Amino acid sequence: MKEVVQLDDKLKRDIILEHYQSPFHKGLVEGDNYIKVNSLNASCVDNIFVSALIENGIIMDARFEGDACAICTSATSVMIKTLIGKTLEEAKVIVQNFDNMINEKEYDADVLGELNVYDTVYRQPNRKTCALLPFKAMKDIMAKVENNNLTD
Amino acid sequence: MNREDFPILDSGIIYFDNGATTMKPKSVIDSVVDYYSNYTANAHRGDYDSSLKVDEEYEKVRTKVRNLINASRDEEIIYTSGTTESLNMVVFGYMKKVLKEGDEVLLTKSEHASNLLPWMVLQEEIGIVIKYIPLDDNYCLTIDNVKGMISSRTKVISIAHITNVIGDVRNIEEIGKICSEHNILLVVDAAQSIGHIKVDVQAANIAFLGFSAHKMLGPTGIGVLYGRYDLLQELEPLKFGGGMNAFFEEDSRYELKEIPWKFEAGTQNIAGVIGMGKAIDYIQNIGLEKIHEYELKLKKFAVSKLSEIPNIIIYNKDTPSGILTFNIDKVFSQDTAVFLNRFGISIRSGNHCAKILKDEIGITNTCRASFYLYNNEEEIMKLAAVLKRQDEIYDNIV
Repeated sequence: MKEVVQLDDKLKRDIILEHYQSPFHKGLVEGDNYIKVNSLNASCVDNIFVSALIENGIIMDARFEGDACAICTSATSVMIKTLIGKTLEEAKVIVQNFDNMINEKEYDADVLGELNVYDTVYRQPNRKTCALLPFKAMKDIMAKVENNNLTD
Repeated sequence: MNREDFPILDSGIIYFDNGATTMKPKSVIDSVVDYYSNYTANAHRGDYDSSLKVDEEYEKVRTKVRNLINASRDEEIIYTSGTTESLNMVVFGYMKKVLKEGDEVLLTKSEHASNLLPWMVLQEEIGIVIKYIPLDDNYCLTIDNVKGMISSRTKVISIAHITNVIGDVRNIEEIGKICSEHNILLVVDAAQSIGHIKVDVQAANIAFLGFSAHKMLGPTGIGVLYGRYDLLQELEPLKFGGGMNAFFEEDSRYELKEIPWKFEAGTQNIAGVIGMGKAIDYIQNIGLEKIHEYELKLKKFAVSKLSEIPNIIIYNKDTPSGILTFNIDKVFSQDTAVFLNRFGISIRSGNHCAKILKDEIGITNTCRASFYLYNNEEEIMKLAAVLKRQDEIYDNIV
């Protein structure tokens, strides 16, 4: 793994709480071109909708709505902020590396940016699903786009 | 009370999730170990000593269950894997056969998934009509609301004795009386009431009732379906195989065993049955009235302690059961549960499998502390003490 700047726990917590208390792009917009998916936690607690506008292979916009815990809500917010403007290829790399980080596999911290604040979530195994929930939704959205392209 | 009988409590855990499952007393654990250590054999199979002992122990528990719920005969007691299987047997083994398109089944929105989904599937399959009896302002069921929903097409009322989120204790004896006046079958989900308050299937004119042993100090994977004997004649088994047939021939003629064995196909959960028997003994020795009184005292104490804390919203102050449902204002229930876990306190957060109750409460997720006989006031004081430190919540969970 590459050398990365270690964020201290206090700073990480502040960033997570900032995103929990004032989430980025919370509230869906109605638009025909947005693809929306719902993602329910296996523990039947967190319930979020993520929607994204993807044009020419680029994530132009993404938004979310729902009821979820601090980890899930903030991770959704940070994910959306990170992925807007990225190509689907770039987004996939980010999503995969985030997944690896949470599941304690080798990952590239450089591509994750602000998402690195979740690098200690693995210490609370019962929160892994919470952190991964928005990423599962985003994977579903990207899969839908690719399937649409195949059938076009 | 009786904390010394529960080995797991030695770890210092504060366990307030008894609505989900309960801890096991040593006598229950020992009985399961004894079966596996000293007389493992199948039931209704062998001619040797240990197999006969298994047969005896297995059937003895039927009588214990009969006494616990005051059934009129042992044959009315069918072993199942738990409440979910019991209710599925009622819906798909009996109701599917006797109900017709347009027949009405009355439920409530505070039912657990296992008393809702089977009915929804039956609605899809044969066109029964599900109607929800309205709840009052405290999310409880009133006799007037039950009466108000009954029509000439009402064939079944299927409700929990005690609901798992609000802890509403339904007056099933009164509802049973109304059912018999209108020729309606009363189905009772006793998952939350068995082992907590007295259940009397005859006094309440109950047609079918289901419960799980693990919510009343017994092992997981074992439970009971009670069915009134005349109704069991029409109940169809959902599983076929060994242990439940009288004979079968190559020309496909077959005959099933008598009630209740025709409903117990395949090797049964023998260790579970034996453990359930010990759990019933344990509860009967203390007495259900004493247990219920004690739970009410704990709940009252918890309500008074939690009411003193700012920002705590309690949803069911007055329901007469050991279930307390609350939230810290503006804090997601799971965050509260994770926070409490940091201090060794186990509670449940979420919708508690009652997913349509949100239509009534207007809130999707709650925290639930559910008490049982081994909990005490000291533990509740600790819960209150941690909840008072709610300002620290995010420092602890993020």
